[in-house]
Amino acid sequence: MTLSTLWFLIIGLLFAIFVFMEGFDFGVGMSTQLIAHDQQEREAIMSSIGPHWDGNETWLVTAGGAMFAALPIWYASLFSTYYYLLMLVLVSLIIRGVSFEFTKHAETKFGKKLWMWTFFCGSFFAPFLLVMMLTSMIQGVPLNANGDAIGLGFFDVVNWLSLVGGVAGVLLSLVHGLNFLRLRMEGPIRDRARQLNKVLYPILFAGEVVFALLVIFQTDFFTKKPVSTTIIILFIVLFSLLGYYGVLKDREGWSFVGSGLSLSTVIVLIFNGMFPRVMIGTNGNSISIANAANSHYTLTVMTIVACILVPIILIYFIWSYTLFTKRINPKDNTVKY
Amino acid sequence: MFGIGLTIVGLARFQFAMTTVFHFFFVPFSIGMGFVVAVMETIYAVKKDKVYRDMAKFWGKIFLLSFAVGIVTGLIQEFQFGMNWSEYSRFMGDVFGAPLAIEALLAFFIESVFIGIWMFTWDRFSPGWHAFMIWMTSIGTMLSAIWILAANSFMQHPTGFTIAMMGGRTRIKLTNFGDVIANPQLWRVFPHLIIAAIMTAGVVIAGMSAYGLLRKKKGENHFFKVSLRYGLWVGLIGAILTIFAGDFQTQQMIKDQPMKFAATEGIYQNTKDPAPWTVIETIDAKGHKTSGEVELPKVLSLLTYHKTSGSVKGMNTINKELNDQYGNKKFGTQMGSELDFYPPAKTLFWSFRIMTLVAFIVLVFDFLGLLFSRKNKDTIENKRWLLHLLGIGIWVPFIGNSAGWFVTEFGRYPWIVYGLFTISQAVSPSSTIGSLLFSNILYFLLFTFLGGVMVWYSRQTLHQGPYFEDKDSKQNVDPFAKEAFGK
Repeated sequence: MTLSTLWFLIIGLLFAIFVFMEGFDFGVGMSTQLIAHDQQEREAIMSSIGPHWDGNETWLVTAGGAMFAALPIWYASLFSTYYYLLMLVLVSLIIRGVSFEFTKHAETKFGKKLWMWTFFCGSFFAPFLLVMMLTSMIQGVPLNANGDAIGLGFFDVVNWLSLVGGVAGVLLSLVHGLNFLRLRMEGPIRDRARQLNKVLYPILFAGEVVFALLVIFQTDFFTKKPVSTTIIILFIVLFSLLGYYGVLKDREGWSFVGSGLSLSTVIVLIFNGMFPRVMIGTNGNSISIANAANSHYTLTVMTIVACILVPIILIYFIWSYTLFTKRINPKDNTVKY
Repeated sequence: MFGIGLTIVGLARFQFAMTTVFHFFFVPFSIGMGFVVAVMETIYAVKKDKVYRDMAKFWGKIFLLSFAVGIVTGLIQEFQFGMNWSEYSRFMGDVFGAPLAIEALLAFFIESVFIGIWMFTWDRFSPGWHAFMIWMTSIGTMLSAIWILAANSFMQHPTGFTIAMMGGRTRIKLTNFGDVIANPQLWRVFPHLIIAAIMTAGVVIAGMSAYGLLRKKKGENHFFKVSLRYGLWVGLIGAILTIFAGDFQTQQMIKDQPMKFAATEGIYQNTKDPAPWTVIETIDAKGHKTSGEVELPKVLSLLTYHKTSGSVKGMNTINKELNDQYGNKKFGTQMGSELDFYPPAKTLFWSFRIMTLVAFIVLVFDFLGLLFSRKNKDTIENKRWLLHLLGIGIWVPFIGNSAGWFVTEFGRYPWIVYGLFTISQAVSPSSTIGSLLFSNILYFLLFTFLGGVMVWYSRQTLHQGPYFEDKDSKQNVDPFAKEAFGK
């Protein structure tokens, strides 16, 4: 395996970790308007990810940085192609990120409401738009020889697969977030999260079937890699089933692992189907890993750096989670920053 | 203004400048605040003087507000290289991506994880261990500065690379990563930036404490007195050191980017020997002429060479030299022989003076503040003019920080990577006026709104004072905040 292929895998891994970690953040954000009955509950739900959301989002920043550092031609094409989508992703992440801090300072009803809604909207649109981008990418876009999507049409970006993909991304995140709340909360919110998931999982399964069908018809994944694509899709469903099993049997840990892994497996599906391409050009100008890669020297430097730093990061990252294991009860009034 | 018009390049530049300047309001402030709050908490851990714990908590709130806006506005920066400057990303990817990725791995993870722990564990760790968390955050912010400056320094002064064909494109190829990190530009900018950042935090703390003292609320006098003196000391030491650090950095600029230096001094013709320093002048950037100079004899020689003799090259001479050096030998797109290498001289000249003035204003203000708040001559409460002055002074370092960054970035013109790649080559071919106008307006509105809210909440925090703890007891709500939104 070449270093550039290794970095394609590392970028995939970073994205997979990102959707696992930030997936439940997004879901928790959406839950504030779905299962909370008052402001106190909303703030309690928000506080469950208070110490973690920033670290979780750093996986996205790292994935983007790794793309730039290892396969910059991909980074350049992808980011310039999805200009509008990414602009809206940024706005979503921005209004969501500030709401944690601003909520603490809001003294008026209007202020509290406002920051809860920016939190909700950011948490809803960020996964929707990000998965839209990825599911549009796997269908291919018109690229010129330089790798620029000059003639990009509206329907290249917004189409059945990307819309269903976006909705599936939102649903998966929401389910994952609710499973996280079942682990972290105490009292009625914990029950409500489970009840809502009982309703959401059947819808999710229907969504996954439609998504799989659209992937068959709208991408070349099945023609190029029928076996691996089928297996991976089965795993997505399997992990979702595991999550559902945990909901029905009230096994929160299984649910959380299941929903997180189904999110990560979507990334596996995408990266497996793309390989060895990084951008699919509908008029023959696809970009391959080899063409997108940096020099062997840079990749070596980055590999060494990553091998040293990632294990250290994982140690303190996981340790930080072990500090916050006590269940949160909105009635306790201990929810303070 | 600044040669930015309603073109694709112009709009992309405006967006980059706007988002970066905005981001850079919060970056130095957060770096500085993280550091000074860490010091406060350490003092508490060592001396067990409770006022320092209150200080760390209270100023920590301001730090967190700034940090929050700083992070989210920073997200745009990472995306923007790909979105608006895809040709730059392709050309520079081999060198530029690595520092960004390392910044994320080494710095962002530390700061984001440890700040999360810090803000939620005031009652869980011993003071020393809790201070450790904010120290980690502070170290994270400074490491982040190193790596982003390493990337920027390459753009100012490329080192450790060759030009090569890679994947069918002419690209920069990294040959020595050590050279990128050891770039002298980096290690001369870094101290200047960190010291300016810490100075910024000191000035803001002093200014907000001055307002706190003006309110004369019961029981807060001691808190704001201690904070005021702390802030003033940090500001004063910062102002002095930043002047030296600035000179240290300028020495490198004279060597690597003589054009930028000549522009900051507004010199078109070579100066006489010894060179006088122009305090102010009128610049005709189109005609490459200046007039109405107010000069101090010999001072420019002193600033440039640290001795009382020596002539300094003007922009006209350097433009010729650069033409000889780069005129036709540019790779990539063929450029004309008579190139215009003049940077926006007015912007550079005035930015440089504003930046310098800022350091001296802070120096004078903070010196006066310290003078009138000495232990024995404790009369600063009666010097309301001085407290108001310090309060207004909050804004001064932010102007200085932006001006300093203007010098660095506008002075690189027309290059995006000095001597290698021009700004107009770097923009995304897929960008359109429409998409850029849309994002410019959207980001501008969003940033103005967020900045306004951040300032508003900082102000509200100050009005609530350091002993405003119980959010739920409604009696304590500041009437000021109620009026804010009407209901």
